[in-house]
Amino acid sequence: MDEKTLIAKRVALELQAGNLVNLGIGLPTMVAAHLPAGVNVFFQSENGIVGMAPVPEAGAENEDLSDAGGSPIGAVPGAASFDSAMSFGLIRGGHLDVTVLGGLQVDEEGRLANWMVPGKMVPGMGGAMDLVSGAKRVIVAMQHSAKGTPKIVKRCELPLTSVRRVDLIVTELAVIEPTDKGLVLKEVAPGVSVADVQALTGAELIVPATVPTMPIA
Amino acid sequence: MSKVRKLEEAVAMIPDGAVLMIGGFMGVGTPPHLIDELLRQGKRDLTVIANDTARPTVGIGRLVSAKVVRKVIASHIGTNSETQRQMIAGETVVELVPQGTLAERVRAGGFGLGGVLTPTGVGTVVEDGKQRIELDGKVYLLETALKADVALIAAKRADYLGNLEYALTARNFNPLMAMAAELVIAEAEDIVPVGVIPPDSVVTPNVLVDCLVAKERRHG
Repeated sequence: MDEKTLIAKRVALELQAGNLVNLGIGLPTMVAAHLPAGVNVFFQSENGIVGMAPVPEAGAENEDLSDAGGSPIGAVPGAASFDSAMSFGLIRGGHLDVTVLGGLQVDEEGRLANWMVPGKMVPGMGGAMDLVSGAKRVIVAMQHSAKGTPKIVKRCELPLTSVRRVDLIVTELAVIEPTDKGLVLKEVAPGVSVADVQALTGAELIVPATVPTMPIA
Repeated sequence: MSKVRKLEEAVAMIPDGAVLMIGGFMGVGTPPHLIDELLRQGKRDLTVIANDTARPTVGIGRLVSAKVVRKVIASHIGTNSETQRQMIAGETVVELVPQGTLAERVRAGGFGLGGVLTPTGVGTVVEDGKQRIELDGKVYLLETALKADVALIAAKRADYLGNLEYALTARNFNPLMAMAAELVIAEAEDIVPVGVIPPDSVVTPNVLVDCLVAKERRHG
């Protein structure tokens, strides 16, 4: 299994039936394909729909039905569409159960930076700041390091997306939970040791007496 | 009385230097003929308030590529390398606003509010220069209302009075912007007789729309 699939599968285990879920662009969108059997959730796309789904078949694209990247999508029976104020009311108003977002850096306090690299990449924050500020649960799905440089750091050098502490970090090496005491190592990936994870992490991890392996087949 | 106008007459009402709100999300729900005609008439020095600038050849991106935009207020320009280039080169001013905050600032403008309090952006660069307000132990930023000279709206269906219906994710910012501008020009895919659109289906009531143009092709 490649690293991104592993991350997507592990994140999918966090979703519960009936959840309203918003998946960020890139790796997080892969989570939709790995929902455990019997777990039905509603996916929101912030451009104005609850109940997004893949295009049912080639040729069934509709020009008025797209995801936040402008690509065609489908909709499940029971879907609803609405304007941008309603869409962000769902996000900010405590109605969104889970958001899964990519990350550039997460620090010891669980603060996420994922929207710009000064001087290099200034795409704009889009909906990311609202999602991190407002979702009931924020899961960061990202690769553990960028070409060997840790993405989990003592303090974010990149501009923050929000000061809100994220709830969980899932990487190809580990599951880490930011808490008020620091970053707690909850699980390691199959074949990965605690020492492996710490070596590629730029902040001190709190390691419980037993650290289970991710329940991923 | 019918509000349908010729495309060129409608767009001729927009002065150079106007502040425009333009509906759409990555071109979906952006009125294509109004964009064509803005370019054909050589409008310039525009300020555009919109969710994004789509791609260089799509929707609002076409205005940016033609260099007729002086300032952009948007939540995302990551899909348009030309907007990013112009921003970095100092040719175009870009103000980035979190998407939910942008929606609320437009809504506030149209709903007669001076602004809104939002937790989004607290403790980030978005807070710079803004008033921080604490209420019941929670911290918010005061985000001020946005208004425009002209709103360019894309609708699925209109009647001749200007009642508007939207479709699926092409709705996005359109109904909010139709409330927040002095002059509202809507482009509809279909214009139907008055009475065809049931009152419960009207999202933008006709009193908000000044001028209608028919739409021959869809987005972007």
